[in-house]
Amino acid sequence: MQSVLSIAVDALAYGMVLFVISIGLSMTMGLMRVVNLAHGAFAMVGGYLASYAVRDLGLGYVAGVVLAVAGTVVIAAPIERLLYRRIYNKPELIQVLMTIGITFCVIGIANYLFGPTLKTIPLPAMLSGPVDLGFRSIAAHKLFAILCGLAVAAALWYLVERTPFGVKLRASVDNTPMAAALGVRTKYVYAASFAISVGLAAFGGIVGAELLPIEPYYALRYMVTFLVVVSVGGAGSIGGALLACLVLGAIDTTGRYLVPEYGEFFFYLAVIAIVCAFPRGLLGKA
Amino acid sequence: MSAVFEVERLSKAFGGLAVTQAVSLAMAPGDRVALIGPNGAGKTTFVNLVTGHLKPDSGVVRIAGEPLNGMNPMQRVQRGLVRSFQVTRLFPEMTPREHLALAVLQRQGRTGRLYGTLWSMPEVLDESEALLRTLGLEAAADRKVAEIAYGQQRLLEIAFALALRPKVLLLDEPAAGVPQSETPRIEAALAGLPADLAVLMIEHDMDLVFRFAKRVIVLAAGTIIFDGAPGDVTKDARVREAYLGSYADDRSVA
Amino acid sequence: MDADHPASLAGQVARPRFSASADWIGLAAILAAAIIFYLLFPNNLALLTRVIGIVMLVLSVDLVTGFCGVATLGHAALFGAGAYAAGIAAAHFGITDPIAMIAAGAAGGAVAGLISGLVVLRGHGLGQLVLSIAIVNLFHEAANKAASWTGGSDGLTDIAPSPLFGVFAFDLWGRTAYGLGIALLVIVFFLLQRLSRSPFGMLCRGIRQDPIRVAAMGASVRKTLLKMYIISGLVAGVGGGLNAISTQVVGLDSLSFTLSAQALVMLVIGGTGSLYGAIIGTVVFMLFEDFVSAANPFHWLTIMGALLVGVVLFAPRGIFGTAAHLFDQWRRR
Repeated sequence: MQSVLSIAVDALAYGMVLFVISIGLSMTMGLMRVVNLAHGAFAMVGGYLASYAVRDLGLGYVAGVVLAVAGTVVIAAPIERLLYRRIYNKPELIQVLMTIGITFCVIGIANYLFGPTLKTIPLPAMLSGPVDLGFRSIAAHKLFAILCGLAVAAALWYLVERTPFGVKLRASVDNTPMAAALGVRTKYVYAASFAISVGLAAFGGIVGAELLPIEPYYALRYMVTFLVVVSVGGAGSIGGALLACLVLGAIDTTGRYLVPEYGEFFFYLAVIAIVCAFPRGLLGKA
Repeated sequence: MSAVFEVERLSKAFGGLAVTQAVSLAMAPGDRVALIGPNGAGKTTFVNLVTGHLKPDSGVVRIAGEPLNGMNPMQRVQRGLVRSFQVTRLFPEMTPREHLALAVLQRQGRTGRLYGTLWSMPEVLDESEALLRTLGLEAAADRKVAEIAYGQQRLLEIAFALALRPKVLLLDEPAAGVPQSETPRIEAALAGLPADLAVLMIEHDMDLVFRFAKRVIVLAAGTIIFDGAPGDVTKDARVREAYLGSYADDRSVA
Repeated sequence: MDADHPASLAGQVARPRFSASADWIGLAAILAAAIIFYLLFPNNLALLTRVIGIVMLVLSVDLVTGFCGVATLGHAALFGAGAYAAGIAAAHFGITDPIAMIAAGAAGGAVAGLISGLVVLRGHGLGQLVLSIAIVNLFHEAANKAASWTGGSDGLTDIAPSPLFGVFAFDLWGRTAYGLGIALLVIVFFLLQRLSRSPFGMLCRGIRQDPIRVAAMGASVRKTLLKMYIISGLVAGVGGGLNAISTQVVGLDSLSFTLSAQALVMLVIGGTGSLYGAIIGTVVFMLFEDFVSAANPFHWLTIMGALLVGVVLFAPRGIFGTAAHLFDQWRRR
């Protein structure tokens, strides 16, 4: 019973971290149809910046997080302008190669600047201990990751379903030329979505740093996982991404606890089964 | 002459909306039939039901007496039911000659061969060459399709279908998008189609319909409302009603 | 070249741009390059033989991606399966004859190609890409788990190929392995040249350009692609087998996502859809990597990343494709 609970908590925390990082990728993929393999690189950049701000500059955790998320968006903006805009509407192969190229560059530069070692983001006292839930206690940072995931899901739902920006976003996802004809400035919608997507990636990278440790090969190591989440959930679907993260987090964590010698075998088996059964993702539209 | 192409009470509904209702028609070899109808009449659905891209709720399609139920589009092509596309679908980096050779090879069941080149298959090249001449495409024969005029691409679309030696040819708006100056060549190509081939042309352009078809079928709201000689179609009250609605007193249809 | 003659006199058929004589020129160029590299790097034959093995993998990716238009990030599954098949044949079944080991590699690659094809071809777009990644990772984890057969993360050792034709032993210098590699490459290249011009090759190019049109002429897109996947597996498997023979060890890295992605990168740098592009891309990439990464592996990553972005933006045809295009334009003037 005890182990079932700890598996469940770990799975939930892992799934929520995946969600926070991947949801931005899912959004941009649904909107701009760009297979962005560099998404994990932005999560990593967020982690590095937060680590630098909190550990080396001695800023507070909250200030560090805010600064790191903003910094990642600032770094990503020119990349979107100069590189990504040239590959919207291009064949997938081109998008894959360009974004792999960007990932390699980010890895190389991160290593040059920060070295090959693991970087930690010191947690404030509030998040570093265990939290007593009455019947048992769990690590505070895991609870924090779960709450962040829920908050991001709720905020995104509100943004997409209840705000004017959300209306424009949904219109652009459904039919970009039509939305443009109706006066939606799709270029700005694209840029804003990209910024939100990168910001969420950075935020997820920071919040999940305890589970997915920050090191130069982070961008390559988890690249596949984030892509898997999007294709299993269905590009552009918040609910689908959430469901995919919970299912995949559960499968992966359970596998690691119960049959560690099989590694990620069952994870990938499940991915193949789900993608074959739902070619458009669990809740995907297009 | 016995029918080479039969459609019997073909029906299809999406949700509660019947888009094809008990459509029946029969064509003999050599028939030249035009299928017309106002927008939303169900022409596209009908074509997709016949080619096997949609599954009918009920009804039968037969080629030379053989029912096609349960066959996928590929198998139907192999039985002799070939279609052309309203917007050309060709291989942009291949030449017209390669297109026709590929189609001939496909008809002969040789596209799975891993050895030999076109240039060692004179009979395939001869047949392609003959088709190129029939359709007046010799000058463009060895240029990439992406580089030739749209009118020529439309001719190639027809030649490509012919290379498969169909029994029944569905032509989906063969002159769509072709500049006025080039339509005579398309019409000449249509006039020169093999005499024993049954052709069903889906078309909007009434001039083309009147020049090409010996028989016109009008589809409206999923049912056939007229099936007869081209000369009678404009006089038919139901056709006028379908096209012109309350302005049915107006004299012209097209 | 024949193409220098004015095209199609009345009634005559224009010859294709690359004619039979160009094929022989290509094979001669490979042999010449093999000799030049042998003379330039006599102490580095092991690296050169590894390059040949990877060339086979990249050719195999080219068959699926360049000719048929199926983007894949999991092709190392086919290569690794070939390497393990050859290695296991030698280490566990005592099949140490190098030709038999290559045959085992080809068979292993073909089976992996069939399995990959059956899975990958079920998806489209992003799903297809993810399925290809999932397949190679699945193979990787399976090989890791089946340690009694594969040696797991320590790698499969005890591979001791017997002398080639009973005469040429696989020595420390790696001359025999290099010779075998060149011979295999020439054979594979010759066969693939024929394949690319065969009716089947034409059909595959048709599928890349418009699969719906191919289906509408009565050909099965799925069956054709599956067949190409199996052929692709044969080629990758030969490369894997060659690698097992020359290094006498097979590691899990031969079944990795990283190798799959690198193979795709090499292909694009050389030029997709051309057999020459696959070879040039691999040779340039691997020799360059060897020089730069000896200094600093992370600089290598940065440079490769920048190179990739540059190729995508400014030379999407790759090295060979761009050169061929420029040559073509120059000749037309």
